Amino acid sequence: MQELINRAKELLADGTVARVLGWREGDMSYNPEVAYFNSAEELDKFVYNGFCAANLSKYMIEASKLEGKTLVFLKPCDTYSFNQLLKEHRVDREKAYIIGVGCCGKLNVEAIKAMGIKGIQSIEIDDACETLTVKTIYGDKTVAYKDAMLERCHVCKGKEHMVYDELMGESRDTVDAERFAEVEKIEAMSPAEKFAFFQAELSKCIRCNACRNVCPACSCRKCVFDSNKFDSAQKANVDSFEEKMFHIIRAFHVAGRCTDCGECSRVCPQGIPLHLFNRKFIKDINKFYGEFKAGEDAETKGPLTNFTFDDVEPCDAVERG
Amino acid sequence: MQRIGVFVCHCGSNIAATVDVKKVVEIVRNEPGVVHAEDYQYMCSEAGQALIAKAIAEKNLSGIVVCSCSPRMHEATFRKAAERAGLNPYMVEIANIREHCSWIHKNVEEATEKAVILARAAIAKVNLNAPLKAGESRVTKRALVIGGGIAGIQTALDIADAGYEVDIVEKTPSIGGRMSQLDKTFPTLDCSACILTPKMVEAAAHEKITIYTYSEVEKVSGFVGDFTVDIRKKARSVDMDKCTGCGVCQEKCPSKKTPSEFNRGLGNRSAIYTPFAQAIPNVPVIDRDACIKFKTGKCGICSKVCQAGAIDYEQKDEIVTEKYGAIVVATGFDTIKLDKYDEYAYNQSKDVITSLELERVMNAAGPTKGHLERLSDGKHPKNIVFIQCVGSRCSDDRGKPYCSKICCMYTAKHAMLIRDKYPDVNVTVFYIDVRTPGKNFDEFYRRAVEDYGVNYIKGQVGKVAPQPDGSLLVQGVDLLDNKQILMEADMVVLATVIEPDPSVRKIATMLTASIDTNNFLTESHAKLRPVESPTAGVFLSGVCQGPKDIPETVAQAGAAAVKAIGLLAKDKLLTNPCTAKPDELLCNGCSACANVCPYGAITYETKLINDHGIREERRVAQVNNALCQGCGACTVTCPSGAMDLQGFSNRQIIAEVDAICR
Repeated sequence: MQELINRAKELLADGTVARVLGWREGDMSYNPEVAYFNSAEELDKFVYNGFCAANLSKYMIEASKLEGKTLVFLKPCDTYSFNQLLKEHRVDREKAYIIGVGCCGKLNVEAIKAMGIKGIQSIEIDDACETLTVKTIYGDKTVAYKDAMLERCHVCKGKEHMVYDELMGESRDTVDAERFAEVEKIEAMSPAEKFAFFQAELSKCIRCNACRNVCPACSCRKCVFDSNKFDSAQKANVDSFEEKMFHIIRAFHVAGRCTDCGECSRVCPQGIPLHLFNRKFIKDINKFYGEFKAGEDAETKGPLTNFTFDDVEPCDAVERG
Repeated sequence: MQRIGVFVCHCGSNIAATVDVKKVVEIVRNEPGVVHAEDYQYMCSEAGQALIAKAIAEKNLSGIVVCSCSPRMHEATFRKAAERAGLNPYMVEIANIREHCSWIHKNVEEATEKAVILARAAIAKVNLNAPLKAGESRVTKRALVIGGGIAGIQTALDIADAGYEVDIVEKTPSIGGRMSQLDKTFPTLDCSACILTPKMVEAAAHEKITIYTYSEVEKVSGFVGDFTVDIRKKARSVDMDKCTGCGVCQEKCPSKKTPSEFNRGLGNRSAIYTPFAQAIPNVPVIDRDACIKFKTGKCGICSKVCQAGAIDYEQKDEIVTEKYGAIVVATGFDTIKLDKYDEYAYNQSKDVITSLELERVMNAAGPTKGHLERLSDGKHPKNIVFIQCVGSRCSDDRGKPYCSKICCMYTAKHAMLIRDKYPDVNVTVFYIDVRTPGKNFDEFYRRAVEDYGVNYIKGQVGKVAPQPDGSLLVQGVDLLDNKQILMEADMVVLATVIEPDPSVRKIATMLTASIDTNNFLTESHAKLRPVESPTAGVFLSGVCQGPKDIPETVAQAGAAAVKAIGLLAKDKLLTNPCTAKPDELLCNGCSACANVCPYGAITYETKLINDHGIREERRVAQVNNALCQGCGACTVTCPSGAMDLQGFSNRQIIAEVDAICR
């Protein structure tokens, strides 16, 4: 962490960058928050640890409008989002100085709570990222790092950064689950079971819009749910149709652009596994158009916004399910 | 608020027999915006149109809904009527209560309810309509014909004779197509080459016709009147200008083991070859996959023997880009592969051949120099069995559901020619039906039966079994005598189903021209617009649209030419005003719309935007109205809903859906 701070200070000092985009301590040790740092002094509050899960790519949309370059720390998976935004002309590569930071998997405090650990005061992570010491009002508890990881880290896209100016720190393999296993489970359900599943999950939605606001693919200047130009503007959850409508439309809007960064599920206060929608789209795209990773580069046209003679015919797509 | 008039048509009994039109009028009268509603026997008649004009004037209507037939039938009629009455033509909406309603329902109550719902949807849309004005686009006075068979040649000649430039693109090294492979033609038995060659020569010599052989259409952009097409001229490895067509290179070429495409693989050709003697242009190509020079780097004999110095091993593919006002597709057909028909032993015996192969066998320039002989041992056959409908009229996925239309006639021709030249040969034809609708066709078939003693057996063949002695045992059934038949044959000829040339799928996609489940190009109207594709400016000639014989193909080729000429004769076309329009305040600048636009109508511009007081430079989409064809691909791709289609706005569509779901 200290190396990151030192390097950031250097880049600020020599004028390479005008500000730094990173994470600083939050009110609890397990919820660092996204922050801009404009000076060396401010950087003393900078943190980078297992809880710094937030994907900073989307912040670069606004940072691209500011004077000078912004130093941004991106984890391997975050770089996919940055590339996708670059492809969509939403961020300016010239305005970003990207340090690709290592990642050994990011943590989910909800997973720790789900283990029955209550009254958490603080969480300490050992240097090797092997164990967590959870200090609670009932005493200390020890948790294996791996067991507290976010779902997305169990199906990690890899240790490689897709775009960067320099790299710092080591990453490690965290994959220990099948990426599409959950999707396959839902695919195997009967239509009635599927409906019941999504009804149960989505009825928890409180329409706080956190998923949309955090999503790097949901970067519209004006979201259709906020615009009075359409009849889809933000509505109260007066019936169970509204939230389904919202999530289904959102899934369609990000289809082919979603990098599966998992931020939607991470920030959902209701614990809805929102990433499943997007992952179903990714699975289908892979099946029908060949393996495609949104954000792998900033140039390739996505299969849904491109046409080739090899494209699957709609009738075949229906047949193949 | 709009002032809407609703006009419900009886269409004689077409609508009124199933839809209670009076009831529809009474119900829609109370819809929001509706100030006038009436019904009439034939709304499209002079009197019906007069009713509409009168109502527009008297009730000061701002929009109208006509509940009648499909907009494909009469939308233009009613738009013109409205325009004459002083209304913007785009303030007219059609509710299709005939094809979508009365024709497909039997119950009057249900059909009436549906008619009301369809009317409501149209009314909901008109409530949000705004007047639109059509622009103009220019017409490039040049036509492209894809395919250089008899269909393409005839179309090109007719267009060129009318005074317009025409380019023919042919993928093989010569024009001529399937017809050049035929020996004789029914029902007059004239030699195919004798009647085709003069046409080929005429096309080649015509000052308005440019022929690109050994070339393929690579890319098509633009729209009716203004297509831009990339043509790939494949490297011939022979300089067209220098070559004299002497043919020495082909004689001396040491690589002579490539199956000849022209002879359907029944004979071999050299690596440098012209497909047939009368080929146009009479310039060979080097098949680089077969050429020893290209494979090993050593040889070069053709180059050494060429007096003209025309051989050019370094030649590269060349892309020619040309603009066209009209495109005619004439891609023709091929016979299907017979892999799924093991029972006919086509892949097991050389003496089981297709009818097209028999054409080559019968032809003096063919692999047997025109002598009828078994391909296995060169012996003169005594018994020949023809099997009809191999893959035609087939209900499973081995063949095709349609009738190939030409087989009955060419089989009668083959049978007759064989019996005429070799009276010692017994000819048997197994058939399901004999179909001979055409001028002098039935007479022709009867001659085969009555004058030439061809043995026609109604029934199909279940199996052709090659015997150890080389003969073929044919097991069939005679349906009229209701008995099994076992007969020995020396040769079996299969009337194999024809299918559109496989290249048509790619071409149809490039042209955004629709094809049916059998890959035949779809006509705009099966009866009234048989040579026009639903894609404006694209016309259909020959078998690419459906099975045809030569007389029909030539007639259709002429018809397609006339349609193309009608288009090229115009200087300007009215453009569709229903084009995409971006809302710059909502645009993210993401390029998704430009990526999906098939017409290249969307570009991006960085400009100063004032978004409710926030002034900033933004990258925003711009639509070129002359290029936009209103397909709407951009509107559904845009995640922020910034792109909208004039005349079919998101709001209008949702209003229609809401009206239907109400």
